[in-house]
Amino acid sequence: MNAVLDLLKRPLVVALALILLLLVVGELLSPGFASPTQIMRLLIVAALLGIVAAGQNLVILGGREGIDLSVGGVVSLSAIIAGNLMNGQDAGIPLAIIGCIATGALFGLANGLGVTLLRIPPLVMTLGMLGVLQGLLVVIRQGIPSGRAAPGLSQFVTQPFLFGLPGIIWLWVAIGVLLALLLSRTVYGHRVYAIGSNEQAARMAGVPVAAVRVSLFVLSGVFAAIAGICLLGYSGSSFANVGEQYMLPSIIAVVFGGTSLAGGKGGYTGTMAGAMMLTVLTAILTTVNIDESGRQMIFGATLLALMLFYGRGRAMRA
Amino acid sequence: MVDAVAKAPRQAGGIRRFIERYPFVPALVIMLVLLALNGIWQPRSVSLVGITGLVKTYLALMLLAVAQTYVVYAGDIDLSAGAIVSLVNVVIVAFMAAMGGSAFSVIGAMAIGLGVGLACGIVNGIVVAAFRLQAIVATFATSIFFTGLALYVMPVAGTPAPATFWRTFGARYFEIPFVFYAAVLLAVILSLLARTRLSLQLLAVGDDAQGAYQSGLPVTAIRIRGYALCGLFAALAAFCVTGDTASGDPLVGGKMTLFSVAAVVLGGSALAGGYGTVVGSVFGALIIGLINSLVYFVGTPSEWQNLVQGLAILVALVAGILIGRRARA
Repeated sequence: MNAVLDLLKRPLVVALALILLLLVVGELLSPGFASPTQIMRLLIVAALLGIVAAGQNLVILGGREGIDLSVGGVVSLSAIIAGNLMNGQDAGIPLAIIGCIATGALFGLANGLGVTLLRIPPLVMTLGMLGVLQGLLVVIRQGIPSGRAAPGLSQFVTQPFLFGLPGIIWLWVAIGVLLALLLSRTVYGHRVYAIGSNEQAARMAGVPVAAVRVSLFVLSGVFAAIAGICLLGYSGSSFANVGEQYMLPSIIAVVFGGTSLAGGKGGYTGTMAGAMMLTVLTAILTTVNIDESGRQMIFGATLLALMLFYGRGRAMRA
Repeated sequence: MVDAVAKAPRQAGGIRRFIERYPFVPALVIMLVLLALNGIWQPRSVSLVGITGLVKTYLALMLLAVAQTYVVYAGDIDLSAGAIVSLVNVVIVAFMAAMGGSAFSVIGAMAIGLGVGLACGIVNGIVVAAFRLQAIVATFATSIFFTGLALYVMPVAGTPAPATFWRTFGARYFEIPFVFYAAVLLAVILSLLARTRLSLQLLAVGDDAQGAYQSGLPVTAIRIRGYALCGLFAALAAFCVTGDTASGDPLVGGKMTLFSVAAVVLGGSALAGGYGTVVGSVFGALIIGLINSLVYFVGTPSEWQNLVQGLAILVALVAGILIGRRARA
């Protein structure tokens, strides 16, 4: 019995159970909700959020109030740059990928340097960067018609590739495996947890704290850029501020995955489940025939109820 | 304690001590410089008409920045502030429209609006302080809920506010624009609030929650009161939005949330809590407004304006933090 209770306290188990429960509820409310094709579609949407949340997850793990509010801006910018660079041609895909990842890395680097060298709180630094990115979006969109996704990219995101699953899902799984190995098996991963749980101790143990923290922000920018490219493939063409919808949900996915916002505790596997859970929840609310207002109220209330399951702070004690 | 003994007494310069005592001073300086630059590029912008326009447009953001400051005092944050503005906006517009737009309905609507803001604030406070959820994610969730409520009250934007309401907001009495009376009233309220025990208690909780608790402060209740105050000021911000836009829009406040956070930081308050002033946040909101107008006045091509504004705000945020830290170091 205790073993069962312990199991229920693990965020990953809770998230997986909730996903199953939500799928059942969805199927009951609207038959066909949990059909294989629907689940595949949900996985694609979850992969987009999950890839953004990967970077967010790393930044949060690194502690010192780590958070990246600029991810949404990078996703939007990357989608537009990718569209303009490939412009419907498969031949443009490599250049688009390089260009987008470089852009994402650059903004991540700027965030990281601001946070480490100038010691600006991450929330402030990335909030300011979000403003810059939104301005840049206006500049880039101006005059140039938004480019289209190359057929190869759309196929990668939406069409079956291996065992009936599209490439993006395999990409997401690969990212999940890589991050799990990176965080648990490498020196770098241990350093991330070290600076996240006790920066002072990590510094004394010889961890290059600033370099690791900068790298986390760079990775966050890179993951957001990758998500932006995939988002372009999913929607066919990019439009204004498509990435904004990922800013706060990426943080929620991390929290639902059991990673502490205080840093140093958690991992990406849970975040993947968290992203899936958020996606299924959103999908259920879209299927049910209610007004947008009711949908939002239920969504907000459900998020709050779910949060009660997770990371509640400790009560004050004298 | 050991440090205090080990180190020689610090020879703090006059300016440094001054900034330490008045954290909003860097913001004031930045604001005055921006005002001067605005005046150089567009002399009319510093005339009575120009300043009236600036205050009229940014009074709402000033109030929302003040709202945000009270939760930031305690080390919390409210990402639903903008959603509360939207909700109060549609509630009062819908109420006034239903009551026929008489002067009585305006007063009734404002009372209801304050009640709605207060209720939203208390909900946030309970969720964050009593349920002990993370402020960032919990207030994001409540912001979705409040937006849903706003959409329920008014599914699409466009219901006009009665003329009594926005005419008053844009009117002049004894040759002085209404918004200046509102600004003076705000200054009086803020200075009174700054003298209350609650302000000090919020700062104490933000500085060291555990210490505050151990010295007998009801930490949870104080944080809830901070959110309640935030809700009330968000309602006041909604009145200004309504006066400025003269209509109801269920999504009008959404974009203001992050600007209110930026204004608080620009004003010299620490997001970690325990240090700051509401006056600084008012200056912070004006800095954002002055940056926006300056970018326009220097003739930046329209498509580049957002980028230049974003860069300027980022630079101001970073500069403000660096100056504030030097002063306190």
